[in-house]
Amino acid sequence: MEFAELIKTPRVDGVVLHRPFMPTVEGTLCLTGHHLILSSRQDNTEELWLLHSNIDSIEKRFLGSLGTIIVKCKDLRMIQLDIPGMEECLNIGSSIEALSTLDSVSLMYPYFYRPMFEVIEDGWNSFLPEDAFKDLEAMTDEWRLSEVNRDFRVCTTYPPLVAVPRNVDDDTLRKAAGFRHGGRFPVLSYYHKKNGMVMMRSGQPLTGTNGRRCKEDERLINATLRPGKRGYVIDTRTISVAQQAKARGGGFETEANYPQWRRIHKAIERSNVLQDSLVKLVEACNDQSHSMDRWLSKLEASNWQTHVKEILTTACLAAQCIDREGASVLVHGTEGTDSTLQVTSLAQIILDPACRTIQGFQGLVEREWLQAGHPFAQRCSMSAYSNSKPRHEAPGFLLFLDCVWQVLRQFPCSFQFTEQLLVLLFEHAYASQFGTFLGNSAAERVRLSLPEKTVSLWSWVNRPQEIDHLSNPLYEPNSLVIWPSVAPQSLLLWEGVFLRWNRSPRCQEEAHEEMVHIIEYNKELQNKVNSLRRQLAQLETQEPPLQTP
Amino acid sequence: MEHIRTPKVEQVRLLQRRAGQRKPLLGTLYLSATHTIFVENHPETRRETWVLHSMVSGLERPPGGPTGSQLVLRCKDFRVFHLLFPLERDCVDVHASLTRLSRPESYRELYCLSINPNTNQEEREKSWSLVLPSQDYQRMGLPNNLWVATAANSEYKMCDSYPAQLFVSRWASPAVLMGSSRFRSRGRLPVLSYFHQDTLAAVCRCSQPLSGFSGRSEEDEQMVTAVMKANPGSDFIYVVDTRPRLNAMANRAAGKGYESEDHYGNIKLHFSGIDNIHVMRSSQQRILDVGEQRTPSMSDFLLGLENSGWLKHIKAVLDAGVFIAKAIADEGVSVLVHCSDGWDRTAQACSVASVLLEPYYRTMKGLMVLIEKDWVSFGHKFSHRYGHLDGDPREVSPVLDQFLEVLWQLAQQFPCAFQFNERFLLDLRTLAYSCQDGTFLGNSEKERRSLRLQERSFSVWSRLWRDREKYWNPLYRAEQSQTQGVLRPNTTPYCFKMWKGLYSPAETPAPPAQTPVDFLSSVREGSQQLEQELANQQEVAAGGPAPLGTRQATGSPDRGANQLPEGGGTQEED
Repeated sequence: MEFAELIKTPRVDGVVLHRPFMPTVEGTLCLTGHHLILSSRQDNTEELWLLHSNIDSIEKRFLGSLGTIIVKCKDLRMIQLDIPGMEECLNIGSSIEALSTLDSVSLMYPYFYRPMFEVIEDGWNSFLPEDAFKDLEAMTDEWRLSEVNRDFRVCTTYPPLVAVPRNVDDDTLRKAAGFRHGGRFPVLSYYHKKNGMVMMRSGQPLTGTNGRRCKEDERLINATLRPGKRGYVIDTRTISVAQQAKARGGGFETEANYPQWRRIHKAIERSNVLQDSLVKLVEACNDQSHSMDRWLSKLEASNWQTHVKEILTTACLAAQCIDREGASVLVHGTEGTDSTLQVTSLAQIILDPACRTIQGFQGLVEREWLQAGHPFAQRCSMSAYSNSKPRHEAPGFLLFLDCVWQVLRQFPCSFQFTEQLLVLLFEHAYASQFGTFLGNSAAERVRLSLPEKTVSLWSWVNRPQEIDHLSNPLYEPNSLVIWPSVAPQSLLLWEGVFLRWNRSPRCQEEAHEEMVHIIEYNKELQNKVNSLRRQLAQLETQEPPLQTP
Repeated sequence: MEHIRTPKVEQVRLLQRRAGQRKPLLGTLYLSATHTIFVENHPETRRETWVLHSMVSGLERPPGGPTGSQLVLRCKDFRVFHLLFPLERDCVDVHASLTRLSRPESYRELYCLSINPNTNQEEREKSWSLVLPSQDYQRMGLPNNLWVATAANSEYKMCDSYPAQLFVSRWASPAVLMGSSRFRSRGRLPVLSYFHQDTLAAVCRCSQPLSGFSGRSEEDEQMVTAVMKANPGSDFIYVVDTRPRLNAMANRAAGKGYESEDHYGNIKLHFSGIDNIHVMRSSQQRILDVGEQRTPSMSDFLLGLENSGWLKHIKAVLDAGVFIAKAIADEGVSVLVHCSDGWDRTAQACSVASVLLEPYYRTMKGLMVLIEKDWVSFGHKFSHRYGHLDGDPREVSPVLDQFLEVLWQLAQQFPCAFQFNERFLLDLRTLAYSCQDGTFLGNSEKERRSLRLQERSFSVWSRLWRDREKYWNPLYRAEQSQTQGVLRPNTTPYCFKMWKGLYSPAETPAPPAQTPVDFLSSVREGSQQLEQELANQQEVAAGGPAPLGTRQATGSPDRGANQLPEGGGTQEED
């Protein structure tokens, strides 16, 4: 087996482990193909099982013959291992480095993982496009499910089934695909039941410098407009970035060719800028020696909060066009796989109460991120501590989760889930025993046989005990559109992720338990009162008033 | 009233942007002896806006336009009202009237002192007995064999800004007290503020010594030794000078300064670096400006927050409290706290430390007693700091605001530790400025006595206590870990946030979301009603009084702790 070649020293005794908020443990360090394990072999201490794929980078230090390895994880945790013996330390270090940067997907842990729990519902079948379409069909007959991408030939990053206007045939779709970046022709993202308006997404149109046009593309998107109505194109790039894209064959919808559409440009940053922000933000959060001035200026300089504000603002704009203006919307940036998805998925959180439930939110992530072709494998292969130069890495999904957290914080009673679900998705997007976030597109997931060979994260999440753990005790279904405040004063640093390992969670957990307690106690009383009421009602009907003395 | 030139103006437009209002309301403006009242014309809503004259902090008349003359009304609770008058004459009159009404020249003019003292006499007397510093000294088990009461200041002769009732070390003779008082700025000698029953260490307070570069006082040195002796567990005390070291050194040139470790053999000196009232006043103005920016970018906001320096100051106040609390609880060493005069930063540091050390001060009643003792009785100059009368604007400073904000910041870290919620802190702040009650009038106990406030007005505490249901934190439970014992906050800069509820309340989501506090409070209320119904029904079902005890026995015994005590609390006999 190849793993054995990489493991130079499989076990070392007398290793001391330091990790946040837990007592120091001394024990045996073992390396397996997928895990770094530290066990004291005593019952009362918790073992450490760390996936190699969760390791972002390591740092080695030596003091005499005592070596220290600082392991920096993708979930932003840092742990320290004190290893006696310089050679052991060097061996462990280089083994970890090799094992945490394996290139081959098929060597990844999800292919080896066997669930220790009973799978009630196979998560790979929980959110199929045909099921989602059934809900749409119940509301409108203006849309159909097209199989034009059945073998992933029209668009390599789309799923085999996409929803398109009923009166547009597959041939038109094929031609429109040729005119859009990555073949990503406009498809349905969201149908607003209240007024029948829709949100679509796509890649940028390939107008190039000489203003190419495509009648089929124009027909496709015009088919979504009601007679006499205008729609909005929300381009997530600034006008100048969009102009520059022309030189590389891209571009945007011009007024001349799309007279029924008004174009609005926003300024959501691209991947390498976002990655840079993440690195700076995490660095600032981990330096506890900062003065207040220095902390605030570092926070500002990271620009992270600026991205959060910009993304949320754009999502609000899209939602506003649909709900307030009663207009349909097409969203795209360049490829249509990053900022586009942030906007379309957040707009649905705002508009659609169903997306604020536990199941509904998973469905949203499945539809708007996984099926929609966000390249998770590329984007999440490195996190904030990686020393190598980023190529395709970007925390676009993490930013989306951050934005959801902001909305959740502003509407603490409108979400069925707590922050925990968001943190869990962040962790699993970067390192997981489940296959859900492997690969870059639906086509790749098929090619890698993920549904057959790995377990879905949703299989695990949707068990009663896990649902229970993720449920928000304050939840009261709210059927309204919810408009978050996007003023900087209203947007906070997401402590649950960025300060998670720097601040003890105990007091917040206590508060959560107390909330659960208050609500449970109320339910308990409610039940008692109801059963007593029933008893009384029975007594009254059974016993007519004849037993009066 | 003599100062009201025009009691009523019609067709006035009012706009309050800070409340998230976009379009002005049209209505009638009335001036009464106490309030500016605006009544909207709209026949269905007839919304009313009331502004106390004593809450007005500024009036401006920007150049008018074709639609009328403008008057901008700024309030001490940071509300801003834009008024538009059709006639310039009305605007001028209202401006002149309000200028006079909002700046009373003497306490006599204040509305709360113009009520007839003989109505509700019983209620008034009861209101003043609700919260007394003497109750707190009793609670701490004083006097005891270490700390004794002294009558040295019963006539305010030794120190006119101290209370009549003082607790001092048993080892300090009357001569030492007098001598120490003479060697301290404004006579504010070291006296007890808080006694920690677990470690027997104490927090004491005073003002700076009149040491200059080399001055000494044998009595004052004996006084400091006496403080040390009153703690059998340690052979030194910390002297916490809450000022920046440079400021303290500069004071030496004026014949004041700080204790030299050479002269006072048994002290360790610590500087906390809290800036003076002038720095704080302008810092608060800057954070207010940040909160009022219209559509700022994230960078504008964060840089504005940094440049205001406000959170840095809040951190400094909390850090001072943490230092004192650690010394008392962890090391068992007594602490003597002072700044310059010992009535601003010293009050902040002592009361923050007390809140960290003592769970009682995290209850509503406890916080009231703490403020009554550390602030009101020890001569925090409420009337000067919160601009009650027309006076020197350089005396105004948000000292109490900062203490209340520290509590808010702590509540963010310890959501279950405090019995009260954010509303309580905000309303308490407003009441410190608004002169609606006698408690916060004047600058010292002596002044308050000579004004006979207890005979002429009500206490602020009965007002707050009456509304206690509204101020209840539903997550508070007496037996939780963060409710017990010492609070150990994290004071890394990232733990501090802008207090949005005070500085930027207008930015809210739509529709306004229910807060967890409101939601849980209503659930809690529902539970109480259900408990009641359950008890009644069990009675009916059992055909007689049912054993009510089932709930306490099986259901949830801890619930009892969540009930607010009725009436005034424990010491009701007097």
